[in-house]
Amino acid sequence: MNNSRYRQQLMLLSILLFISFFVSLSLGRYSNNPIDVLNVFLSKVGFSRTGDSVMESIIFYVRMPRIVVSILVGAMLSLSGAVYQGVFKNPLISPDLLGVSSGASVGAALAIMLGASLAQRQLMAFIGGLFAVYLSTSIPKLFKNRNNMMLVLSGIIVSGFLCSILAIMKFIAEEQTELASIVFWQMGSMAKVLGREIIAISPVFVVCTIILLLLSWRINILSFGDLEAKSLGININQIRGIVIICASLLTASAVSVSGTIGWVGLVIPHLGRILVGTDHTKLIPTTVVMGALFMLVIDTLARTISNVEIPLSILTGFVGAPLFAYLLYRQRTLAE
Amino acid sequence: MQIKVEQVGFSYDGLNEIFSNINLSIDSGEIISILGPNGIGKTTLLSCLAKIRIPTSGKILINGQDIMTMGHRDIARIIGYVPQTIFPSFDYDVLDYVVTGLAPWLGIFEKPKEEHYRLAEDSLQKMGIEYLKRKPYSKISSGELQQVSIARVITQKVQIVLMDEPTAHLDYGNQLKVLGIIKEMSEQGYGIVLTTHNPDQVLLLKSKVAVFDREGQFHFGNWDEVLTDDLLKAIYGVNIQICDVEKVQRRVCIAPKIPKTITRM
Repeated sequence: MNNSRYRQQLMLLSILLFISFFVSLSLGRYSNNPIDVLNVFLSKVGFSRTGDSVMESIIFYVRMPRIVVSILVGAMLSLSGAVYQGVFKNPLISPDLLGVSSGASVGAALAIMLGASLAQRQLMAFIGGLFAVYLSTSIPKLFKNRNNMMLVLSGIIVSGFLCSILAIMKFIAEEQTELASIVFWQMGSMAKVLGREIIAISPVFVVCTIILLLLSWRINILSFGDLEAKSLGININQIRGIVIICASLLTASAVSVSGTIGWVGLVIPHLGRILVGTDHTKLIPTTVVMGALFMLVIDTLARTISNVEIPLSILTGFVGAPLFAYLLYRQRTLAE
Repeated sequence: MQIKVEQVGFSYDGLNEIFSNINLSIDSGEIISILGPNGIGKTTLLSCLAKIRIPTSGKILINGQDIMTMGHRDIARIIGYVPQTIFPSFDYDVLDYVVTGLAPWLGIFEKPKEEHYRLAEDSLQKMGIEYLKRKPYSKISSGELQQVSIARVITQKVQIVLMDEPTAHLDYGNQLKVLGIIKEMSEQGYGIVLTTHNPDQVLLLKSKVAVFDREGQFHFGNWDEVLTDDLLKAIYGVNIQICDVEKVQRRVCIAPKIPKTITRM
């Protein structure tokens, strides 16, 4: 992938994201008219006086926060998926498979049951997520089997175990209030998003993305395996540690505001590789924009295609699973 | 440039040393071939030299400095490692792979720039495979793969190159081609340590040789002093002979016949 084509593609994706942002802003139950949105913006900057004050508050207090959060969540999940796949040199890894999502869910559910604040929920989701990655990566070491498949299997073990813990928590949760909010939150939703979520997760997003961008070329080297990385003078534990902490922070923050949303972290990095290749210096920016675009489209569908809010995991599953099947098929034909 | 290995031993479990009391030295422009049966520790010794593994006893000195006092980065500027042909989980372009040779020379947050890619292209050109630069790693042959790995170690600007079975998985033509590259590199001043399963390669390279026999005894010296029929028997457990062949005007190493096996087929 040469540089100018890569820049074109990234630019194109960014324009698409920008357009989708405005389209999504004009879609909703109150009004579906893009001109109304335009009017609101024009009146905001003082060019027009026809602005509708209800429309204005819907745009700025209802739709906008939700759109921004879905963009952030999509970008965070895809980015963490891409770098997990890189440092574990395993294209089958995703935040869900490593157990990060379930770990974060357990942490967040505990926070809900304890009636903790949003920041505390985020922190507990992070601790839970990091603990899960630690478990998933220790099992292969314990078995002295560093095989790629072993990591996937241990991720399944850890997720399975954590899911049971989550089930116990649901079982003992207060039926009317806690259980309902755990279940609804767990299926993934942006419906209850308010502006403060943006403040809670955007610093994490900005800081982690910058760090991962700076380390992107080193992630290439880590993906060759420990032996080669060491022989190239890389401090593998240090770099991998930083990358895993960033990716887990990203996943856990996303999970703490929107619940577990499957497939995004697995499928989007693969799509990114098809578009710009494996080089992480190009893959990381591409994945961020693609993930944001994907999640924005999915969340817009979730709130507009029917009268009731559709949980996001249902939609990402419907889109992501067949897409992944197609990608596998494509890889098979490429290999032949 | 000199690497000295003094009384080095290694153990995986802390109890049984797979080898011990190894002494050898590598100078610029020298080739050392490591011979030995499967599983005796050839690759382990090689990785000790690059501090990828830490010896359990003894010392390794680079220009008199103990390797344990040096960081990985400093070592990677002197010693390069060409692993056995690997198939990475991800499919990088050849140029993107080769440019990673510059890792020990770039800062932790630094990415390769135009000039660095040009250095990588120069190394590909030296190998005569510049046309491969935009090809994905998975789409080239094993012979080309080996050349790409060597191009990377040249990009790394090291003085000593360690090669783990550089001719494994190659057809005979490519094996000889890689030996040619190795010979040429040594003439340009690289010190080279390689492992091989083919003792005849030692005679072709006329290199120094480090031998593990099946009893764990270690032998080190010039090919013509160390390699004998008896030693070859002690390494491989079968009858192998060294003889001069007039037609090709060199000493060769061949098996006279297929040994009798003890299977009851």
